[in-house]
Amino acid sequence: MTPTAAKRPLQLNDLGQLRHFLSIDGLSRELLTEILDTADSFLEVGARAVKKVPLLRGKTVCNVFFENSTRTRTTFELAAQRLSADVITLNVSTSSTSKGETLLDTLRNLEAMAADMFVVRHGDSGAAHFIAEHVCPNVAIINGGDGRHAHPTQGMLDMLTIRRHKGGFENLSVAIVGDILHSRVARSNMLALKTLGCPDIRVIAPKTLLPVGIEQYGVSVYTDLAEGLKDVDVIIMLRLQTERMHGGLLPSAGEFYRTYGLTTQRLALAKPDALVMHPGPINRGVEIESAVADGPQSVILNQVTYGIAIRMAVLSMAMSGQAAQRQLNQEREEQR
Amino acid sequence: MNLPDPATLLPQMAAALTAHLQQRQISEPRFIGIRTGGIWVAEALMHSLGLHTPMGSLDVSFYRDDFSQSGLHPQVRPSALPFEIEGQHLVLVDDVLMSGRTIRAALNELFDYGRPASVTLVCLLDLNAGELPIRPDVVGASLSLAATERVKLLGPAPLTLERQTIAPN
Repeated sequence: MTPTAAKRPLQLNDLGQLRHFLSIDGLSRELLTEILDTADSFLEVGARAVKKVPLLRGKTVCNVFFENSTRTRTTFELAAQRLSADVITLNVSTSSTSKGETLLDTLRNLEAMAADMFVVRHGDSGAAHFIAEHVCPNVAIINGGDGRHAHPTQGMLDMLTIRRHKGGFENLSVAIVGDILHSRVARSNMLALKTLGCPDIRVIAPKTLLPVGIEQYGVSVYTDLAEGLKDVDVIIMLRLQTERMHGGLLPSAGEFYRTYGLTTQRLALAKPDALVMHPGPINRGVEIESAVADGPQSVILNQVTYGIAIRMAVLSMAMSGQAAQRQLNQEREEQR
Repeated sequence: MNLPDPATLLPQMAAALTAHLQQRQISEPRFIGIRTGGIWVAEALMHSLGLHTPMGSLDVSFYRDDFSQSGLHPQVRPSALPFEIEGQHLVLVDDVLMSGRTIRAALNELFDYGRPASVTLVCLLDLNAGELPIRPDVVGASLSLAATERVKLLGPAPLTLERQTIAPN
């Protein structure tokens, strides 16, 4: 997919630095690489006795989750805490919205709490964009997943996983397998892999779980798992999102496992050193065999560790981009 | 006024450091350079002292006090300390000491790794800005600059000092 020029001004400040992180769409290879490099440095911080740096001391990060999450929410909380920010988490799914408050009203209330940054997860595609457009200036918005649209920090932590285990993207074949239709992770991964120069991106799924127009992402589409897995370097399995499935997209979970489940036998079709990745939570015996999920090629738990470093990188870079913009505005004001 | 040549400063710094450590009865110091220039100076010092122990490198970007003004340094790299900090005698090396803020950040970072027994500060050049009560134990040369002047160390081989002029605020 071609980067959407219209989205550029929203995510970047006047110097081209990150100020919100809403989508991989429209971000350059240089910027994505800067995120990965910064995350590498934060990984080192996570290995220390004191896993904390004073970068965001005195800042308040507010996690606003309109949709359930464990991994994403806790790793965002940990990331903010390791940057010395104050963190509050609001699970809005069960409170105000069910009483009829609009998204914008909820936002105004949160703004009044004087947070410097919001991490937003929402069931509707485009929710984070909407909030970024309407939030007061100097407040950074980080997309923690919006509907089927994007999950950019998951995308970037997957890229960090691949780069750390494979060294780069230039000569890789990467297969994304499973419920592409409902997966914001798949969309963010396809965009990130394309931008970072991965030459062979494959999506493997039954026709009913492939979105219309998937070809525009510049990927090759397979409906046969054995054919698609042949000689790949990386396999990204996706969770079957049965909670988002209405109507007969699949005969049954058992049927799905028989045709699309990653078993030891099928893993052997990929390169011998192929990585097995999964954004979690995994459904053993639905999309992945236990022996594969816990096997030597699996980096599923490494992904969680890398997720904290990626989130630290994105939080600090967005806060930094906001600070630089504020400085710039101040200088312009003085020149007048 | 000409800037001194690091090659002539280094031998006398090595001698002064040896004397300083002897006086403090420190026998096995651990060297740590502050990225990037400090690493070059630390390497050169260890070379002239004939030391081959592993050297630490520190990137203080996450500890700077000007984050809310100038943001994160885009080329931040991981710090690497290939030894324990706890209870060790450290030699912290930087190229140019000006405000002392980099050293403040470096000390904060070091203490997140452990509690060193002592820290000896070595700087190639001391510019006497004195914004913070931080003074080097061993210094190559001291000089005063105009408010619009800065000095940058170029390297790693050969090491040279370059005068730069910045726009007045």
